[in-house]
Amino acid sequence: MKEETLDFIEPDTSVRVLKVTGQKSSRKRILDMGLTPGTRVDVVRRAPLGDPVEFKLKGYNLSLRKREAETVLVEIVE
Amino acid sequence: MTEKITVALAGNPNVGKTSIFNAITGSKQHVGNWPGVTVERKMGKRVHNDLEMEIVDLPGTYSLTAYSLDEIIARDFIIEEKPDIVVQVVDATNLERNLYLTTQLMELGVNLIIALNMTDLSLAKGDRIDAGKMQEFLEVPVVSTIGSKGNGIEGLLDEITKEFHRPQETDNVFTYDDAIEKISQDIESVLESDSFFIHYPSRWFSLKLLEGDENIIRKAKESDSYPDIEKILNKVDAELLEAKIADQRYKTIQTMLRQVCNINTCSLSGSDMVDRVVTNKYLGIPVFLSLMWAAFEVTFTFATPFMNMIDIFFGWLAEAVTNVISVPWLASLVGEGMIAGVGSVLIFLPNILLLFFMISLMEDSGYMARAAFIMDKLMSRIGLHGKSFIPLVMGFGCNVPAIMATRTIEDTRDRLITILITPFMSCGARLPVYVLLAGAFFGRDAGVVIFSLYALGILIAVVSAKLMRGTVLRGEDTPFIMELPSYRVPTLKGSAIHMWERGRIYLKKAGTIILIGVVGVWLLASMPAPGSNAVFASDAVYGTTQSVIGVIGQFMEPLVAPLGFDWKIAVALLFGVVAKEIVVGSMGVLYGAGENEDNLSQILAAGAMTPLAGLGLMVFTLLYAPCFACIGVIKRETGSWKWTMFQLLYGTSLAWIFAFIVYQAGSRMGLLV
Repeated sequence: MKEETLDFIEPDTSVRVLKVTGQKSSRKRILDMGLTPGTRVDVVRRAPLGDPVEFKLKGYNLSLRKREAETVLVEIVE
Repeated sequence: MTEKITVALAGNPNVGKTSIFNAITGSKQHVGNWPGVTVERKMGKRVHNDLEMEIVDLPGTYSLTAYSLDEIIARDFIIEEKPDIVVQVVDATNLERNLYLTTQLMELGVNLIIALNMTDLSLAKGDRIDAGKMQEFLEVPVVSTIGSKGNGIEGLLDEITKEFHRPQETDNVFTYDDAIEKISQDIESVLESDSFFIHYPSRWFSLKLLEGDENIIRKAKESDSYPDIEKILNKVDAELLEAKIADQRYKTIQTMLRQVCNINTCSLSGSDMVDRVVTNKYLGIPVFLSLMWAAFEVTFTFATPFMNMIDIFFGWLAEAVTNVISVPWLASLVGEGMIAGVGSVLIFLPNILLLFFMISLMEDSGYMARAAFIMDKLMSRIGLHGKSFIPLVMGFGCNVPAIMATRTIEDTRDRLITILITPFMSCGARLPVYVLLAGAFFGRDAGVVIFSLYALGILIAVVSAKLMRGTVLRGEDTPFIMELPSYRVPTLKGSAIHMWERGRIYLKKAGTIILIGVVGVWLLASMPAPGSNAVFASDAVYGTTQSVIGVIGQFMEPLVAPLGFDWKIAVALLFGVVAKEIVVGSMGVLYGAGENEDNLSQILAAGAMTPLAGLGLMVFTLLYAPCFACIGVIKRETGSWKWTMFQLLYGTSLAWIFAFIVYQAGSRMGLLV
């Protein structure tokens, strides 16, 4: 299974979180919002100007800038 | 006999916490700030059975870390003020993420009650949640509520009463794996043996240490037993542990959810369908711009008749009073000073009420987050958040409500920068000044000139934001992690309360500053200059060389001479701080044109002023100190005279520099002479 960062994933793709890296403050917030290892995340769409990106996880919708999404390591499922 | 207790309302943002708060407290609310910061603090009272409950609305948070001001406020309140009961409002349609906060509240050892809110929506979605089973699992009372309709509030209040009278024992259902439990227990025993930590729930404190919480580590370092704690902490991989703790909290929640509910996650929700259009690649921006246009029109066009009415009423009142009072100076003080002052405070009220009505609709419906999502890329280029866009656009109508609208921006620094640059958005009151001067000097090109002024304002705002980010308000960018909440139908009651609250804050906090400013300028314009034997507040004095303000103007002439301005302009600009449009009227009086603007235009065009100085004056009007109303709200929203004065001096310096460049460079190059 190939490891990728979340900012590179195309919309309408489902992924599983492997690890959250990055600066401590943003890492902690990303984990708190539920992007813990093993969590399934659906990439919904990019904003009209290309950034931020919208995701669906745990039954709710979350948006991250690409800079934050870059710190989330994922693998594609399905 | 009634007993007084404190009840704190906690919960994630967008879970209907405000509607529960409104339903409990009704109109008995008090809005202030948390000590030392400008985060809003709402409190209210409610008497139920034998208890007088003071309800404190904590900031909406997803967690209780030390990385956001809101979260620090919420947890400090819980730890230091020790509320008798904490009610967590939980969105029934979004249980998993909402319960994450629950785990941390339980670790804090608070007397917790869960208000399972929006149960109507979860039912409509097809979810079945067994509140009884949930209560059993969590060992915490769970009450179903529908805040927007006021359902379940009585039940919640009953439960608060019961919980208050119940002897407490805190069992922790949130256990972690053996490795974490072992380390945590080691730390807990150190904490419990040191009286320094007596105020802190030891389990929560030890877990925060393991999560690497900076505030908590700093606290622990003050104690004598820190070396012992450090020894334990050094043995673990902090980054791994932090992820494991978050992960295991979510795992426990998932285990519980499997037992207590049947959640329907398959169907595409209504929200998702709306977003297919609203945040669509091609439609997103047009939809956003149309909504902005609508909000702008409602705020500023609908407000016009009301503003005219206020204007006419106070004009009439001032005249009536002046006619009744036979002492001329007193008549002028009451009429032109005080009544006009009150009028200039109230005139902004229609704008403020309507803008906040529109903002409340956008926030409560969930659109505000989409607006931020759409505009974020653009705003991030100048180091700001997508949410800064709306206040800035509203600034073109009037800076006063626009600055108040920065409340929607969570990050303190982003908010402060937005407040400081909003005055460069050329407001409606500056337009009459441009129309007069551009009309007098540029004839057919007036439109282009006026457009360029608006563009210059935007440019300066953008550059200033970047500059401030890099200097006085430096710091790492806050991560952009934003929920896009499900769309909801806003309630009229909620929007009305929000609107009224803003109006009241404006009148109370900013009103005084505006009134003092207006009366102060009246005094300066009415007092005869030393040595003059003119009568106080007579027409012969008001604003002329015979008055104090006239003397100040003459005194300032050398300062503005390099810009091509004379003392009359200096005086008109001083008056302009009362309200920008007054610059026109003051110039009319000072240049002997009376109230007639066409006369004034002809006098100016005939050589009272050079076209270059005219252009410089427009630039100066765009950039210099905002009006008293604006100064008042900047003070109120930043909570600091320092930042208010900074904006004033920064803007005025820029105004001087730009007007100087226009006049001097233009003259050297022989333009427009």
